[in-house]
Amino acid sequence: MSASTLRIALVGNPNCGKTALFNQLTGGRQKVANYAGVTVERKEGRFTAPSGRLLHVLDLPGTYSLDATSPDEQITHDVCAGNYPGEPAPDLIVCVADATNLRLHLRFVLEVKRLGRPMVLSLNMMDAARRRGVTIDVAELSRRLGMPVVETVAVRRDGVKALIERVDGAMPVAAPVQPDDAASRADLHAQVRALMAATVTMPRATDALDDALDRWALHPVFGLAILALVMFLVFQAVYSVGKPMTDAIADGFDWMGTHVAAWMPPGPLQSLVTDGIFGGIGTVLGFLPEILVLFVFILTLEESGYLPRAAFLLDRLMVSVGLTGRSFIPLLSSFACAIPGIMGTRSITDPRDRLATILVAPLMTCSARLPVYALLIGAFIPSRRVLGVFNLQGMVLFALYAIGILGAMLVGWVMKRIRRDKSEHALLMELPSYRLPKLRDVSIGLYERGMIFVKRLTGVILALTVIMWFISTFPGPPPGATEPAIEYSIAGYLGRGLQHIFAPIGFNWQISLSLIPAFAARETAVAALATVYAVGGDAVGGAGLGHALAVNFPLASALSLLVWFAFAPQCMSTLAVIRRETDSWRNVAISFGYMFALAYVASFITYHVAVWLS
Amino acid sequence: MRLSDLPKGSPAVVDRVDDAHADDVIAQRLRDLGFVAGEPVRLVACGPMGADPLLIQIGSTRFALRRSEAARVTVCMQEAA
Repeated sequence: MSASTLRIALVGNPNCGKTALFNQLTGGRQKVANYAGVTVERKEGRFTAPSGRLLHVLDLPGTYSLDATSPDEQITHDVCAGNYPGEPAPDLIVCVADATNLRLHLRFVLEVKRLGRPMVLSLNMMDAARRRGVTIDVAELSRRLGMPVVETVAVRRDGVKALIERVDGAMPVAAPVQPDDAASRADLHAQVRALMAATVTMPRATDALDDALDRWALHPVFGLAILALVMFLVFQAVYSVGKPMTDAIADGFDWMGTHVAAWMPPGPLQSLVTDGIFGGIGTVLGFLPEILVLFVFILTLEESGYLPRAAFLLDRLMVSVGLTGRSFIPLLSSFACAIPGIMGTRSITDPRDRLATILVAPLMTCSARLPVYALLIGAFIPSRRVLGVFNLQGMVLFALYAIGILGAMLVGWVMKRIRRDKSEHALLMELPSYRLPKLRDVSIGLYERGMIFVKRLTGVILALTVIMWFISTFPGPPPGATEPAIEYSIAGYLGRGLQHIFAPIGFNWQISLSLIPAFAARETAVAALATVYAVGGDAVGGAGLGHALAVNFPLASALSLLVWFAFAPQCMSTLAVIRRETDSWRNVAISFGYMFALAYVASFITYHVAVWLS
Repeated sequence: MRLSDLPKGSPAVVDRVDDAHADDVIAQRLRDLGFVAGEPVRLVACGPMGADPLLIQIGSTRFALRRSEAARVTVCMQEAA
């Protein structure tokens, strides 16, 4: 048997730990969290078993039934049935079940068994089951099911040994194929009951701690208060923890830029290195700590199991604005980046709810906008305490996130009004057990996000910054020029051209110009402004840029720009994902069009109100 | 009585799930999730706005259901066990 390859597929109910198992088997770093529907795609990995056999492992989205009701469940159905394009049916199905919740999960095991393929049952989360005093007669369960059963603890390194040994051993014999009809479906529940009675004892149905926590977390009054407090704390922390580190990084780059410049002969190359690389890239890199602080909170919340509770509390509100409680998690992920957020909508069953969520997801302030916000807030909003405890800058940041959310509610509400199909939408959402976030999972998540940021920085952002430097420097001014050199450069001409469109909302030509690279990657707006002002001789590095902005344009323009970034059409990658996920250019056009209009109108109002007030 | 009318905390047993219309996928999914005759259920919590959605405990699982979804499930109240 050795030297051959074996294809195994991990299937099971949502949130039973398939991806954690996958990561543990293959050494992968796929995202895991504590809510149903983290995995929405099929993921493939491989590892070599002790026998020398190569194992291909497929991680599939969780599903309650092979009778799929959402796009992610359909993938699992197609792969198991061998209908997935370009994917042979797996040699072995590893059905993963949460040992603390067998009454629900065993039904799916029986449903998969009827496909008549070789199968192994992995009883996962055995540590939690033992803690709760759940006892399972594994030998008897295996005998009654007619398939090998192994115990696993996917979050522990040695927790998958039994599974590896089992899949590496002799191939289990497949059960006969059985038809799928309504009568046999009802029968599955009876079989589960018999299995449970014969093999499982549970002291109590639920975890006592969950019940106690939910009494507070889901309380109509305290629950909402806790949710508001959690959200507010996140944004305060981004400022009070992240900002000092950002300043330190910016100072470090300033210092490096000055020293490197001293080594180089003056000329265009020196200008590229100091103004472009250190000024532009250094400024953006400085915002990494803030992004990481935001992610510590998002990842911790995802791991804890709190998010589905928040979705529960907000469902009614979300429905009133044309969304669903299920939109909450994809929308919260969009605070990191709209792309995983939009992909996460695959777990939304209703196609109308899904489309509405996709269209408003980019209004959630993604982490790429954080550098822009942080820069402008740092330059224009005084850092002072309000009511003794709150930082004014943190409050403005919170307000910017809030207007994104309000904008999304408004857009959702309008879509709900114009939607013709008013039939019922389903919620049907499982609330998982609470779990203490694992340092390892949070660290992996942070590392992955940090690397994505650094890769963007050294890829697209660096390239754009060099281009920005180039067009800001060339061509040089004609002899006898009276204006600053940059006014005669390509950047000067382009910026002034764009300014015709953006002058009514208070943007000068430098800002107008920075909107072009921002369309490729939001953070580049900061690098672009840093480069343009540095080439213009106004500023160097992070702290200097804030100062240059404060000198060069009025508060009204700054506020208008902040509002613009809250609503403006998202980056190209997001539009590409909308195209892929909805398979429609029309939705891309709608998305771009409404956001442009919304941003323009909101910035126009902001600018004129601010001018009028000052 | 309907699951949506169940008082908070009182134990009940599922009687049946009715299709609200022909080919009702929501009803089918409810049955798949274990809402079948004889299964004990309990209303754990209600949402803060309009007491919607409902948090239903069935077996070891807690599901959030909207009122309209829960209305498909007929239950019989049990004397406190």
